[in-house]
Amino acid sequence: MLRFLVRRLLQAIPTLLILSILVFAWLRSLPGGPAAALLGDKATPEKIADLNHVLGLDQPIFLQYFGFLGRAFTGDFGNSLVSTQPVMGEITTFLPATIELGFTAMLIAVIVGIPAGYLAARYRGGPVDNGVILLSLIGVAVPVFFLGYMMQDLLASPLGLPSQGRQTTGLDATAITNFAILDGIMTSEWDAVWDAIRHLILPAFALATIPLAVITRITRASVLEVLNEDFIRTANSKGLTQPVVRRRHVLRNGLLPVVTTIGLQTGALLGGAVLTERVFNFRGLGFLLAEGIERRDYPRLQALLLFGAVVYVLVNMLVDISYGIIDPRVRVR
Amino acid sequence: MQQLRLTRTRRVALIGLAGALAVSLSACAESKREEGAGGGTGGTMIFGAAGNPKLFDPAFNDEGETFRITRQIFDTLIQNKPGTADLEPSLAEKWESSNEGKTWTFTLKSGVKFSDGTAMDATAVCANFDRWYNMKGAAAQSQMIYYGDVFEGFAKNEGDAAGDPVYKSCEAKDPATAVLNLNKAKGAFPAAFTLPSFAIQSPTAIKQYNGDTVTQSGDSFTYSEYANKHPVGTGPFKFDSWDQAKGEITLSRNDSSPSPAKLDKLIFKVIPDENARKQALKAGDINGYDYPNPADYGLLRNDGEQVLIRPSFNVLYLGINQSGPNAAKLKDPRVRQALAYGINREQFVKSKLAEGSEVATEFVPKVISGYTDDVTKYPYDQQKAKDLLKAAGAEGMTLKFYYPTEVSRPYMPNPADTFTAISEDLKKIGVNIEAHAEPWNGGYKDDVQKFGKQDLHLLGWTGDYNDAGNFVGTFFGREKKEFGFNNPELFSALAAADASPAGDAHAKAYQEVNKKIMDFLPAVPIAYPTPAIVVGPKVKGLVASPLTDERFNTVTVS
Repeated sequence: MLRFLVRRLLQAIPTLLILSILVFAWLRSLPGGPAAALLGDKATPEKIADLNHVLGLDQPIFLQYFGFLGRAFTGDFGNSLVSTQPVMGEITTFLPATIELGFTAMLIAVIVGIPAGYLAARYRGGPVDNGVILLSLIGVAVPVFFLGYMMQDLLASPLGLPSQGRQTTGLDATAITNFAILDGIMTSEWDAVWDAIRHLILPAFALATIPLAVITRITRASVLEVLNEDFIRTANSKGLTQPVVRRRHVLRNGLLPVVTTIGLQTGALLGGAVLTERVFNFRGLGFLLAEGIERRDYPRLQALLLFGAVVYVLVNMLVDISYGIIDPRVRVR
Repeated sequence: MQQLRLTRTRRVALIGLAGALAVSLSACAESKREEGAGGGTGGTMIFGAAGNPKLFDPAFNDEGETFRITRQIFDTLIQNKPGTADLEPSLAEKWESSNEGKTWTFTLKSGVKFSDGTAMDATAVCANFDRWYNMKGAAAQSQMIYYGDVFEGFAKNEGDAAGDPVYKSCEAKDPATAVLNLNKAKGAFPAAFTLPSFAIQSPTAIKQYNGDTVTQSGDSFTYSEYANKHPVGTGPFKFDSWDQAKGEITLSRNDSSPSPAKLDKLIFKVIPDENARKQALKAGDINGYDYPNPADYGLLRNDGEQVLIRPSFNVLYLGINQSGPNAAKLKDPRVRQALAYGINREQFVKSKLAEGSEVATEFVPKVISGYTDDVTKYPYDQQKAKDLLKAAGAEGMTLKFYYPTEVSRPYMPNPADTFTAISEDLKKIGVNIEAHAEPWNGGYKDDVQKFGKQDLHLLGWTGDYNDAGNFVGTFFGREKKEFGFNNPELFSALAAADASPAGDAHAKAYQEVNKKIMDFLPAVPIAYPTPAIVVGPKVKGLVASPLTDERFNTVTVS
């Protein structure tokens, strides 16, 4: 397992280097630039050219890249052009919100998705199955931002749920880790815990829709496939009780592709978080990213996109590892 | 085996947990619990801002979301009378110019202190002027957009700063008298003294927290502790905190201010999405926000919110490029006139813009000194437009019409709508339109202003201070790719108007310029749109300003 891990880590280095080059080149190929966005309405072509000169953006792109890489190795990703704050500091400040939101969304997706998929497969062709298929289709098809706005407009007020931010303004909860719920528990500020949970509900459900739908469908398909396998027939003919067959054979074998999907969807959640965080003003990394793109904030975008790549690589590694745990054959190979 | 697997699962779970903990520890940011609020009675106002502030030193800033905050922390020498663009005393009780506009004497209010307890006197005022003029470093100077524009140069020009400085010296004659000496007269004064970038800051605090240090590393800037955490002025509010994680900037009442606030606290909450701001107001999370969508005015009012219409201080225009793909035709004044006659601006303003908006007859809004009704007008006349095109031999010409996407400006809430309305009108007079839509920050401004690829385009301007030069000087003061014409007579008339000292002669000079412009017709002024600001039913005393110069010292929240 250790060798496997080391090999995967070493593989990640060239991947990240190539990604950093792509990110760097892509940002600089975008029309417009930070200078125009920074100067706003008062930007004249002359002022933009001069600011580009001051920022070094008129230098050859490879010089800019090596400068960036050199500073990045020392942990200096520069300051955001929008907020003027160090980008690394921004990431650590905003990351807990995204983890909180993404974790909750994934939890919803798994808790609801796996049983739903399983039930659909078990009662294949029946009304439960058809209902689940329809709902999961809708879940995949409806854009997150549209759903978000709908939830805000139609659900927030009747349910008495906040549709904005992570915390009621003026609540003044103590921030220790920036994980709102965790902080509230640590300081026994139960008002703050409840407030944070209420703020999470709508955005987490909005963000959960796509992974929920995908997990449901994969679970359903996978369980159906397993149900047709020979070993299930064998298990049944051995006279095992149905609950034992389902738990020990159907579920365990059926979950393998679901785990991969959960891993991949965790990566995709980062993408969904950009829209969800923006719509719900839930200040996490997605929120930072959206603002950065609008303002062509190179330093922030470079750091965030690379950070996203690192997370993606790590998640994929975790998926592989968990694969090995569920299915020992993978390790042997 | 099963036992072993479970242990492994647990181990992975533990590794995951440890990872999460490590992340959370690195994310540690402690925020202090607030002590009890003061004894004020005005309540707390929470205002939804559309964007993050950049920093709190207004000298290095040029954008509205930051100014909205610094306007509450700092005072300028002169200010705009609430709700208008007229001047009134602020830190200076009175001001006068002599030596043909090259000397400005300010008589300061006495006994005013900065919120750090130091004196706001003539020495402090001169320290501010000297600070700006002597600012070193390309990073610092490239960020002083307004100083660079108005004062034209620095003691030592670096970065984008180039030119002969207007500023010469500042003398503190006595604690209450500051005398500003200029190398040349500048028509922008005294109105430009109201610019938030020229707010008077505490020299002591600037020194203590290295306010002059702006460095550039890689492709970004680093500002001082002063600019981020310790701005000190004489305004109605003091800076308390900027919570990045929550996106909240908290100010509290400055009891030593000459214009003290009624509110105990003023919190700016950053909510970039317009719909999200609306939701937050409806839910009572905030007490007001800026840039409501004109389409929502009615709904907001039905909900009991107050939609305050700002008097127009901007202009929307249809740009005409005389060096673009159709240079030969567009150089003919008859063609440009035809375009002006061919647009049904009345109809457009009525159907597409917010209430209170008006048809523009020239390139400065009505409240600006230098506006005149006595200009050539081009009322909607389809037949005349057709005749003019025919006479010029330009019937059936095809024009490249550029318009921006992914943007909403105070002067152009919905660019696509504006484009559609205008191009439909032009088609009716026999002009073929080739539409070019581009994202605002993704090429539109470059293509239009830097490369001049267009025949026609949509753009506008929101004024910074009450001077016509800030509008027409910016548009037509020199040869520009955007309009592609070279009219030395107009350029020199604008330069002369800009150099004429403030007063009746100055206004007259700009009236003459405005007449010339509307005869020459380098572009077609379309409308003076009116942006609004919304506050909830419990908010009293907020005065909407044409310059978005809303000051919260008169506000209470019940």
